[in-house]
Amino acid sequence: MSQAKEADLHVWRGDGNGGGLVRYAVPLRDSQTVLDAVTWIQRRLEPGLSFRFACRVGMCGTCAMTVNGKPRWTCRTRLKDVVENGRVVIAPLENLPVIKDLACDFSSFFGKWGKAGGRFAATATRLDAVAAIRPDSRRRRLADAGIECINCGVCYSACDVVRWNPAYLGPAALNRSWTLVNDERDGGREKRLRAVAGAGGCHNCHSHQGCATLCPNELNPTLSIAGLKRATALAVLKGEM
Amino acid sequence: MIGVRLYLAQRLSALILAPLVAGHLAVIFYAVQGGLDGAEILSRTQGSVGFGLFYGLFVIAVSVHGAIGLRVVVHEHLKLAGRTLDGFTLATGAVLLGLGLRACVAVVG
Repeated sequence: MSQAKEADLHVWRGDGNGGGLVRYAVPLRDSQTVLDAVTWIQRRLEPGLSFRFACRVGMCGTCAMTVNGKPRWTCRTRLKDVVENGRVVIAPLENLPVIKDLACDFSSFFGKWGKAGGRFAATATRLDAVAAIRPDSRRRRLADAGIECINCGVCYSACDVVRWNPAYLGPAALNRSWTLVNDERDGGREKRLRAVAGAGGCHNCHSHQGCATLCPNELNPTLSIAGLKRATALAVLKGEM
Repeated sequence: MIGVRLYLAQRLSALILAPLVAGHLAVIFYAVQGGLDGAEILSRTQGSVGFGLFYGLFVIAVSVHGAIGLRVVVHEHLKLAGRTLDGFTLATGAVLLGLGLRACVAVVG
C-alpha cells in the first residue's frame, strides 16, 4: 500500500476580530514535525503566516498550537502522528487572545504567573553561602515534580476552568507557585499562599486533569494545585491566614 | 469563584454529610425492610431528639454545601459575579435551609 505523499493542513488565519481555516497542501517527510510543516507553508506558500517559535527542540515553550482540537507543542509533535484521513487542523491556543494567525498574546498568562506569586523571594544574597538542600528531602522532591515547566501554555489552553472563569490563575501559574512554596530558600510563602487563596485561586480547580493529560513535559499541575489547596486550608485552620 | 474559606466550608460540610447520607440510607432501608408505613415512621421520629439532631445537622450541611456548589456553577456558566453572586449564594442557602428545616419539623416536631 503506497503512503500518502501530501497532507492537507487546515490552518487558522485571522486576528482578534475573527478568521477561519485555510487549506494548504504540504508534502509529508520523515521525522517532520507540525512546526516544520507550518514553517514550510510560511517559506513556500504564505509568507504572511504568523506563528511563534524559537528553539525547535522542546525547551523554550513558544511553539504551542491547537492541533486537531488539542493543545500541543508543535516542535515535538510529528505530523504523521496527527494526520487523520490526510488532514490536520492547526489553530491558535485557546483561552488566550489571538494576535494574528497562530500567534497568541501571552500577557494574561504571564500576568497571572505574577499574581500567583511566581517571583522567587530571596532570603540570602550572593555573598551568603549556597543553601544546602538535600535532593531527597520531601520539599525538594515536591518542588522537583513541577519544576520542569517551560510555560508553553498548553495546560492553560486545555483548562476548562480558565475557559469558564477568566479570573482563574490557571495550572501553570499555580504549579509555579507550588514549586516556590516548597523551595526552602524562598521567603515569600505567606504572601504567596494568600495570593493563591483568593477568588481566582487554586480552590477553583475542578481537578478535570486536562493539564496533566496534555502537559508535554508530563508534569501534573493538578497535583501541585491539590498541594496548594491543602497548604492554604491548613494555614487557615492554624490561624496563619 | 471561591476562595479558601468557602472551599473549607464546602469540604467540611461534605465531611459531615458523608456519614449522614449513609445513615439516612440505612434508615430508609430499615423502614422499607420492616414494612413500616408513613404513620408508623412518624410515630418513631416525632419527639425524637436524636432524629431532630440528625436531620437538623443534615439540613444545615446540605444548605452550606449546595449553596457553594451552585455558586460555582452559576459563576462559571451564567457569569454571575460580585454582589449578585454573593446574593445568589446566600439566597440559595436560605431557601435550602428553610425548606429543609420545615421538612425536619414536620418529621420530628
